Amino acid sequence: MKSVMLSVALLIAAFGYSQSDKFSQAMEKNLALMDSAKTDGEYKAAADGFERIGDAEKTQWLPYYYAGLSLSIDGWKKDSKVDKDENSTSIKTFCDKAAAINDNSEIYALRNMALTQQMLVDPQSRWQTYGKEAGAALQKGMQLDPQNPRLYYLQGASLFNTPEQFGGGKAKAKPVLEKAIQLFDSAAPKPLNPRWGKNLTADMLAQCN
Amino acid sequence: MKPSLFLLIITFMACDIYCQVKVDGRVKDNRGRGVPGASVTIKNSYDGATSDSTGRFTFSTSEKGEQIFTVTAIGFRAIEQKIIIKDPVTLVFSLKEQLDELKAVMVTAGSFEAGDRKRAATVLSSLDVVTTGGANADISNAVKTLPGAQQVGDQEGLFVRGGTGAETKQFIDGTLVNNPYFTSIPDISTRGRFSPFLFKGTVFSTGGYSALYGQALSSALILESIDLPEKSEIDLSVSPIFVGAGTQQLAKNKKSSFGLNYGYTNLVSYFNLVKQTPDYFRMPQFHNFDGNFRIRTKHGIIKYYTTYSNGILGLRRPDIDSLVLKDAFGLKNNNFYNNLSWREDIGGGWRMNIGMGYSTNKDNLEQQVQNQENVHQTSFPDKPWLQYKNFGLVSRQDLTQARVVFEKKLSGISAIRFGAEDWYSVNNNKYNRTDSSLKDNYQAAFGEADIYVTNGLALKLGGRFEHSSIIGKMNIAPRASIAYRTGVGAQVSFAYGIFYQKPENQQLFVTTRLGYTKATHYILNYQKVLNERIFRVEGFYKKYENLIKTVPLNYYTATFNNSGLGYAQGIELFFRDKHTIKNLDYWISYSYLDTKRDYLNYPGEIAPNFAAKHTASLVVKRFVTKIKTGFNATYTYATGRPYYRFVYDNSGKTFSIGDQGITKPYNNLGFSMNYVPSIGKANSKLFYVLVFSVTNVLRSDQVYGYNYSYDGSYRQPVNPPAKSFYFIGAFFSWGVDRTQDAINNNL
Repeated sequence: MKSVMLSVALLIAAFGYSQSDKFSQAMEKNLALMDSAKTDGEYKAAADGFERIGDAEKTQWLPYYYAGLSLSIDGWKKDSKVDKDENSTSIKTFCDKAAAINDNSEIYALRNMALTQQMLVDPQSRWQTYGKEAGAALQKGMQLDPQNPRLYYLQGASLFNTPEQFGGGKAKAKPVLEKAIQLFDSAAPKPLNPRWGKNLTADMLAQCN
Repeated sequence: MKPSLFLLIITFMACDIYCQVKVDGRVKDNRGRGVPGASVTIKNSYDGATSDSTGRFTFSTSEKGEQIFTVTAIGFRAIEQKIIIKDPVTLVFSLKEQLDELKAVMVTAGSFEAGDRKRAATVLSSLDVVTTGGANADISNAVKTLPGAQQVGDQEGLFVRGGTGAETKQFIDGTLVNNPYFTSIPDISTRGRFSPFLFKGTVFSTGGYSALYGQALSSALILESIDLPEKSEIDLSVSPIFVGAGTQQLAKNKKSSFGLNYGYTNLVSYFNLVKQTPDYFRMPQFHNFDGNFRIRTKHGIIKYYTTYSNGILGLRRPDIDSLVLKDAFGLKNNNFYNNLSWREDIGGGWRMNIGMGYSTNKDNLEQQVQNQENVHQTSFPDKPWLQYKNFGLVSRQDLTQARVVFEKKLSGISAIRFGAEDWYSVNNNKYNRTDSSLKDNYQAAFGEADIYVTNGLALKLGGRFEHSSIIGKMNIAPRASIAYRTGVGAQVSFAYGIFYQKPENQQLFVTTRLGYTKATHYILNYQKVLNERIFRVEGFYKKYENLIKTVPLNYYTATFNNSGLGYAQGIELFFRDKHTIKNLDYWISYSYLDTKRDYLNYPGEIAPNFAAKHTASLVVKRFVTKIKTGFNATYTYATGRPYYRFVYDNSGKTFSIGDQGITKPYNNLGFSMNYVPSIGKANSKLFYVLVFSVTNVLRSDQVYGYNYSYDGSYRQPVNPPAKSFYFIGAFFSWGVDRTQDAINNNL
């Protein structure tokens, strides 16, 4: 009897542990889907998976953040066929859901990318509206966490892609990207929290020389 | 414990983890087609899947019993369904399209939009209106590069599809603008009174316009003023022909703003540099004041705009009936225009738009026949009829108007609109020593419904009732249009409408026993938008009835009746491409117009003198980022316009054609450059633009028509006062940076 009770107890314990691990497992599974996605459909499927986790848990901001991030990565791809305005509206909705739980600098970085993608639809007409909002999002993010390396990467990327005549250029971008690398190196992100961006920053920095 | 019980417990727990039910199925739309990218989820669980390109999905779930399934997809209304899970589950979900204003089809027949909203009829942005080469930032000139508008440079107004300038009316925020152009001088057209920077949207209708507007047989230019400015600023404009200064102040709470502007125009230095054909004895001088305020209300906005303008000019030209005499024409003008509008969402899906306007315009015109020494002549022994060229005319037009429109959103994005308006106008004329006065109380009631059956099929039905007290007549006019999406980015639309217009004041001063002139429009349009290219082709037929005919009574006087008629038909093409050639944005317009009318003193149905058979425009824009300069060029070509000499025969009281012909084709290459050094610097306080523009770079000889001498023996071409118009100017704007506010408010 004792051995049966012990086995049952162990089983219950094992079952109980896997309940809270259910969240981490599901997140890891969807992160893997997001990393291996190639088509619009695959990115949408990864985003939907994160949305399901977020809707079920109700107290986690990370699922909504990654749902938005998945759509954003798709939005950057050259062969993506998604409508950028629709896509960015979806990303912003996920940002709002995440921010309602925990408003932090990662969400502002994500907002910046959504707004930048909308601006790029028609830069000449939209730099004054979406472009300006994108810059403001980065500023707000830096107010919340001046050590977030992704904010510096995005700022550097914006300078890198802005013509010199308009106050941008590689020379201006370089010091910002270098600061981003420093912050990436000294960052110690908690499990499941965003850690992306070092490779992107290093690639861009290499083009600055 | 019994081993079987132990096994049972383990099986139960294991089953919780391992007993998965397979769920698969398909998501389709109301036409049975698969919806890709739809998310199917069991509510409050992690389980679900995204549909593939055929709409099919499959996943496994350990949830049991009755569960709620939610299905969402972009562009469709989300649904929830209760489903009992038992192995296996195959489901079919049918989604209804979400009616979306941005995606819905829109009637484009007879309608071009200039603005920054992403709508089907939008062809120009507000920046385009300002930068079109050769247009000198005049809305009407920018609109003339679109199909449908004729290149009439010798008379004021927009001549659209075989209609006169008077057949086009302009509206700002719903109310009529009585004098949209500066008072014109014979044979010289003038620019519009309003700066394009005042407006956030312009609809140029070439026909078939909404029941909300009336009293324009051919076209409506519908302008919507900007709401609150983005920031406070001080503006300064400098050029050899005018200086201006103004300010726009935005309240700290961003809920209200006011603005004041003053501009002074004087052409003396310009006319000394660039020779003009007429002799300007009184240099054109204009003072313009304008003011505005805007107040944001709970769910709407109140906007007020006022402008006062005072101008004088005088020019002398050789008299056509004499080798030595001259006609000296002098003009003094005072214009005061006020527009108050209030737009408010009043709850329950209702929106109210109230508009009020008051404008008064006074023209003091005088013409003197003068000899070589510029001395006024009053006696002409051998040509006594020359005395009629000495005249004085004081003309005053007052218009008070009020308008209210209610709009209610129905299911989806359908809407109904209805409203009424009243125009009270007083027109006084003093011709030499004769006084005449016209008072008219015009009322209209109108209603319109926008019915969206799906995002791809839209109907617009409307009706308008009008009554004018001065002619004592009423009319009822139907308007109908339909738009249908034929493919990705492609649509067909058709518009039909009957339009009535009161006779002009010059005619009403003679007799008020007249009825409305009438035009019936039929317009069919096909449009395709793909990858930053837009292509439009449109065919139209306009039938004119009850046009005003001149009925001579004797050699000197005539009355009028409504026995005139006519038609206009044609095909127009428009193509804009921002994509094919890197950094180059261009558009091409072509209009074919076949029109004849029997009106005024025309002896029968003949081609009117303000319509050219073929008109084409090419507008090219290129912004060179390296030097922060935009280059814009516009080339317009039109075949010749007819000209006539009408001869009056007093015995039969008829007119006949004494001489006629067609002018040479019209050619105009306009060019402008704008240097924008502060572009891209989002935080800079100072924003400035340097502009240089020239019209008629090739110095082509432009002949709009001919004037005949009294006996018909001599014919003089009507040319613009100078071959080209040169403009150079600098515009400065100092802004109070409110970026920090934007961060705090928007995010």
